[in-house]
Parts: sequence; C-alpha cells; structure tokens
Amino acid sequence: MSKLLLDRLKAQFGDSVLETSSFRGDDVAVLDPKVWRAAATFLRDDPRCACDYFVDLSVVDFPDLDESTGRFEVYLIVHSVAKKHRVRLKARLKEASADLDSVSSVYGGADWAEREAFDMFGVRFNGHPDLRRILMYEEFSGYPLRKDYPANKAQPLIEYREGTHDKLGPFLEDEGMPFDRSPVDPKNFSH
Amino acid sequence: MGDVIMGGGESGVFTTKFDALLGWARKFSLFQYPFVTACCGMEFMAAAGPKYDIARFGAEAPRFSPRQSDLLWVVGTVSQRQAPALRRIYEQMLEPKWVMSFGTCASCGGFYDNYATLPGIDKAIPVDVYIPGCPPRPEAVLDGLMLLMDKIGRCDRTPAVLKNTALPEGVPDKLEQLYQIRMKGKAPVTNEE
Ligand code: SF4
Repeated sequence: MSKLLLDRLKAQFGDSVLETSSFRGDDVAVLDPKVWRAAATFLRDDPRCACDYFVDLSVVDFPDLDESTGRFEVYLIVHSVAKKHRVRLKARLKEASADLDSVSSVYGGADWAEREAFDMFGVRFNGHPDLRRILMYEEFSGYPLRKDYPANKAQPLIEYREGTHDKLGPFLEDEGMPFDRSPVDPKNFSH
Repeated sequence: MGDVIMGGGESGVFTTKFDALLGWARKFSLFQYPFVTACCGMEFMAAAGPKYDIARFGAEAPRFSPRQSDLLWVVGTVSQRQAPALRRIYEQMLEPKWVMSFGTCASCGGFYDNYATLPGIDKAIPVDVYIPGCPPRPEAVLDGLMLLMDKIGRCDRTPAVLKNTALPEGVPDKLEQLYQIRMKGKAPVTNEE
C-alpha cells in the first residue's frame, strides 16, 4: 500500500526522482531540487495522494558529501489525514548553491520550518515571504547547526561582566562565601 | 534578631546597629520577581506553593513588575538572546536588590555548553546566592532563601553557593531502621541480577 506514493511520484516526475527507498513503511524519495515545489504541490493536490498535512521540514548536514551529492539534505515530510499515508521528500544541495524553492505557498506550516532551516543551516528558500532568522538574533553570524560551526563559539549580545569570561567556575577568587557556611540557627526564624 | 540586641527584658529598650536593624527588617519582607524561563519553573511552582509555604519567610508575594520587587529569582536556562532582557530587568529594580540563581542552568549554563545559552547569569548580572540542582528540590530552594536572608541580615553581599547540608544527627540511623522494617522477611537486595 505504502508504495503508492512513490509510484505516483515516479510516474509524474520520471527521472527527476533520483532515488527511492522504503524502510519499514517509511517511503523516501530523493528529488531533483528543480521539481521540489512541483512535487509538493502534486502531493497535496493529486486526489490519490491527498497529502494535506505538513509534518516537518528540516535539514541534515553531511559536510563530507559536498563534493559528490551536496552536503545539505533538506527533507520534507507530508502526511495524508484521510488516506493515512506519509512520504518523505529529500533534496540534496551543495554549499555553493544552497537554495531551494520554498514550499510555504503550498504548505503554510512550512513557513517557520523554512525560517528555522535558514537560521540553523543557511539554506535559502526562494519565494519565502519572510526569510529571516527565527531563533537566533539578527546580530548572529554564521549558522550554528552546520557541522563546521565551532562547538564552543558563543556570540553574546551583551558584554560579560568583568572577569567572568571563563565558561568554567562562575565564581571569581574574590567572590563567594566560604563553602561551609555555619548552619543557620532555626531560632532566628521564629517570629 | 539574635546577637545584635542588647538590653531588652523588662527595660523595653533595645540598642542595635542601624544596618543590622535595617537588614533584619529587609530579610523578612522580600518581594520577589520570578524570571522563569525553563523546566526549573516547575520546581519553583512547587516551592512557591502551599505545601512548602514560602510565606513562612515573608517571601511569598510575587510582583510582576521589577520596579516593585527586591529579589530577582532567575529560574531556568537563560539564552544569549534573553541576556539583554535579563540585564534590563535587573537594572529596573530599585535598590536594595538581590538575585537568586535557581538551578544549574542559571548558575553556570548547566549542560548547555553551546552557541545559544548564557553560561551563567553572573555573566550579565551579579548574583547573591546560587542554588545548584537540576532542578533543585524545594527544600534546597528554601535553604537558599534562608542563606540569602542570613546574608541580608549581616549586610553581606558576597555571592554564596548553597552546599549540601548533612542530615541532622540521628536521621541516618532512623532511615536505616525504616529500611530494615520495610525489608523484613524479604530477600536482601544485591547488585547481581
Ligand atoms: S537546571 Fe535542569 S531543571 Fe533547571 S532549567 Fe536547567 S535543565 Fe531545566
């Protein structure tokens, strides 16, 4: 039963479906980025697909694959409430050309998901109505979930207080009472 | 008022240091501003609820404006993006003001060692008492509050970390007794399967 969506996609888009696979009922189709939006529209509008529910859109980063297939794998999961089937579409993008058609005009739910993908991975979505960072602040430079973003690099918005730059040990030498404070006398707390 | 009092008894006259009197007055009337951002908030609600009765310490009334409060509870993870807001709120509070860092995240960033999280609110504002725990139990919170009150009473502004306190004398034995009663007639617990 679950093969139906993949067969429909293959019949409709032919060679633009680069790969398909099914694992325990999870269907995956890797698409040519050129047909990305057309495929989403097809899945939504074709009465036999009827994928009316947007589940998720995000990105996986494989830095080693940039030479061959492209390091960013954008995936989109859609589901049909009536027909109870789902499919995952993937598009692979190279870092130099990390842009893809936005599907937010097809699935409204993709709007923020695409903003998040842009914020975290720097994939640009063409035709998105408002492609801004959504979680990080405007002043942030770089894309934190790319594998080559330094793991310990923070970009504080405020100046840290004097002498507190170290990550470890929030306590300065002159800060802090002796750790073994004398026990508080309960008598002092009766009114 | 402990040892700052001299006199008393039948004379009805007390002498004390003015600071000590002020500190004594302040420590029982803390108006808190909860800056609650993450999961520690659940534990804060427990601590602020009737079961643990934070009203015993005169610190039960939350004000939802920093201008009316003098104790800032920073409860939970503070992100880099929130840090300016936190500093702004601190700056809006009127003197005298105190800050409690509730939980590991607020104290040092906790396990969030990454691009998004402020590694401890003391990077942004000064802190009076750090309460470790993920999240700290209400008992620890009350202990931290008592430590803060203690410090206020002594006009002491050095930051303090709440440490584990040993169980009172006799309690470990009592626990052992209860354990024995509970396990009576049952096979002893071992680590082997
Ligand atoms: S210390 Fe633990 S419970 Fe508290 S905010 Fe951090 S992760 Fe949540």
